[in-house]
Amino acid sequence: MTEPAVIAASRFGLGARPGDLTVITANPRNWLLQQISATPAPHPAIAARPDMQQRIAALPDAKAVKAGDVAKKQLRDGLRTLYLDDVSALLTAQLDTQACFHERLVQFWSNHFTVSGTRPQVLGFVGAFEQEAIRPRILGRFADLLRAAALHPAMLLYLDNAKSVGANSKLGAKRDKGLNENLARELMELHSLGVDGGYTQDDVRALANILTGWTVVRPGVGERLMKGEPGSAVFVPALHEPGSKILLGRSYPDSGADEAELAIADLARHPATARFIATKLARHFVADTPPAALVAALEQTYLQSEGNLAALYRVLIERPEAWDAAPGKMRSPHDWVVALLRGFGTVTALPGERIVAALKTLGQQPFFAPSPAGWPDQDTAWLSPEALIARVDFARASAVRAGDVDPLRFMSEVAGGDVGEATMFQLRNAASKPEGLALALLAPEFLRR
Amino acid sequence: MLSRRHLLALGAATAASVMPLRLAFANAELQQRLVVILLRGAMDGLHAVPPVGDRDYRSLRGALALPEPGAADGALPLDSQFALHPSLATVKQLYESGEATIVHAVASPYRDRSHFDGQDLLENGSMRPHGLSDGWLNRLLPLLPGGRQKRLGLALGAEMPLILRGPQDVASWAPSTLPAASDDFLERVAAMYTAAPELSRALATALDTQAMATGAGVMDQGGGNARRQSVLLAEVAGKMLSEPNGPRIAVMDVPGWDTHSGQGLAQGRMAQALGQLDASIAALRKTLGAHWQDTVVLTLTEFGRTAVPNGSGGTDHGTASAAFVMGGSAAGGKVLGAWPGLSESQLYQGRDLAPTTDLRSLIMGVLAPHFGLSQTALAANVFPGDADLAPMRGLLRA
Repeated sequence: MTEPAVIAASRFGLGARPGDLTVITANPRNWLLQQISATPAPHPAIAARPDMQQRIAALPDAKAVKAGDVAKKQLRDGLRTLYLDDVSALLTAQLDTQACFHERLVQFWSNHFTVSGTRPQVLGFVGAFEQEAIRPRILGRFADLLRAAALHPAMLLYLDNAKSVGANSKLGAKRDKGLNENLARELMELHSLGVDGGYTQDDVRALANILTGWTVVRPGVGERLMKGEPGSAVFVPALHEPGSKILLGRSYPDSGADEAELAIADLARHPATARFIATKLARHFVADTPPAALVAALEQTYLQSEGNLAALYRVLIERPEAWDAAPGKMRSPHDWVVALLRGFGTVTALPGERIVAALKTLGQQPFFAPSPAGWPDQDTAWLSPEALIARVDFARASAVRAGDVDPLRFMSEVAGGDVGEATMFQLRNAASKPEGLALALLAPEFLRR
Repeated sequence: MLSRRHLLALGAATAASVMPLRLAFANAELQQRLVVILLRGAMDGLHAVPPVGDRDYRSLRGALALPEPGAADGALPLDSQFALHPSLATVKQLYESGEATIVHAVASPYRDRSHFDGQDLLENGSMRPHGLSDGWLNRLLPLLPGGRQKRLGLALGAEMPLILRGPQDVASWAPSTLPAASDDFLERVAAMYTAAPELSRALATALDTQAMATGAGVMDQGGGNARRQSVLLAEVAGKMLSEPNGPRIAVMDVPGWDTHSGQGLAQGRMAQALGQLDASIAALRKTLGAHWQDTVVLTLTEFGRTAVPNGSGGTDHGTASAAFVMGGSAAGGKVLGAWPGLSESQLYQGRDLAPTTDLRSLIMGVLAPHFGLSQTALAANVFPGDADLAPMRGLLRA
């Protein structure tokens, strides 16, 4: 059986740094529980990042961008700089943090509520989204997290709700504007109920109508209608579809902004959501096909605690499944790079461009999931021949850069005593330290968690 | 230092002893090639192949109706009823030369509107999302000459798409900017994987593919810009398919179809995606050279988009779309498929282009004549669970 301290550090955490396992071994469960007892202060690198309003204020406004190429270029460059600095700050936090279970949970939820830079207009806001919608709420109630993520300005832009207009709203009736279903569909399919959660096309329409009016204040865009601080999410009554709506069999009387609040709270309360979140958590922390008993326990806890997320994490920690299963999950490229840098003891900030280039080659550019569904959480996605050979090449390059790291020592610092004979033989017989280290990075014991 | 290619030439003595699953690539037994281009995100068929002759087209599409053929940035005319988006100049040429067939109003059996379930069903080839855990192209491989022994399938890109996943060993290729590892190092890695069969198999396949790519003159060219990426992958696919011992079936993505906003006309998100698709097809034709005659290129998308534009200059998730069947083997110059019409009562659920052709029937209509396979064999293995399914006729030259 894998040592509990290794499970705690790798499966729940982001990988051990030199010395970590010695500390964790004393009481691995407690080490995890402490990290979810209170939201830690954000890492200074994250805390120093500008918020959504500051970002919008620093970028050229929509009218200027429309008018000329100089402002257009300024906007593009500005968004890219914000993005690269977000990536650098995130990696710094992931390398430096003591609360690495908490940081893994941030990544889990950030991926669950994907806002991807593949839509260029939100590239510069991905870090603000994670910082403002996700980080403060992952130990609280799912309903609050869902609301914050769905109605964050970055999400409203990414999934087009900022442009959605009720067909019979004041503005919709006057101009040729109308509904956009994108956010409504993904909010049910990907964020709450799951695709088999029992909703219909009519429900998608109803939720889209409920969400009309929720948009983002941007300088140079509909300034007469939208009041509020640029960069913030607002509800604009003139865009909202009037009348009552029927969603999942429940009628929502015309109540403007409150409709979305009520509907989101109901989605969070839905049994299908309990099941969906339970399954995703169990899959992430235990196995691609998660044990049914664990999923059931998580689902039960979700329903009883009204979606108390910390209570769900306690179930993961206190039940045996996560500790009993052999490391069978392939580390995603991002997870693997963070784990190897932590294993080297690296704490210095890396430039965003280098991280982006490396993770792009490995197939997982940060904040760049290919679709709103986020990155896959199953082995098949990360086990392709091409993905493996990219890791081989990357392992060699980073082992050379790591300097004087002893491969056997590295292996025992990250994997304790659970290393198979085939791996140990290669590490002992490597031609050089960098070669041995590269082999350690590619060992099954390090590729998996 | 030995090259990776050389390592493979050493054969049984070294590599094979630690890579028991290593397979040779195909040989000359099979001349026919197939390229599947996945258009993930749901392509708007009414925008790619606008039915300019339909009396409801202009009023229905409003701001998303393309200018008439002949007008500035106008659609490229195919016949009295249909045209192509102006970004599809290569497809238009192929249509003229009888090497492109278009099938309109096609859809898989999937009728809900989730991208992810839609793509899953499109790739697993069953009647429902997650109905099968392997892909229909993987199930096709053992039906082909040498398909059980040789690695006929190739995925372009870092991920292995579901459509090619399954028991038959398949290869994948993606560009890399990092220097390649030495053979000695790779042998050591392989030796670490003796007790890890999935890793062992993936490594062996990767090495074979790289050797193949080098042999075919494919150089690592770096990530490049995203808009060139599909064209680069198409070039590599064409080169590797042209190798005598290369793969025969390639799968690649062209992205950018989920146009909920800013869909545009001659410019905009859709024009960019179509431009990439068109350039990728041109790259395939060029790199396949003489083998273009034995090739079918097929585009597939998970569903179409709403016939009526949404409120933000785009379209939401819909039902039927269009498919392109191209290559020297295509019986081109035609638009096939019953046209369902665009009046409100003719639309599916009053909002989407109604499907009249089952996408699986279209695919069978390519596979059956191209690879000389019977309807029974295809229905039993590739698209199981629907006895009534028959191959569409008239897609390829007799």
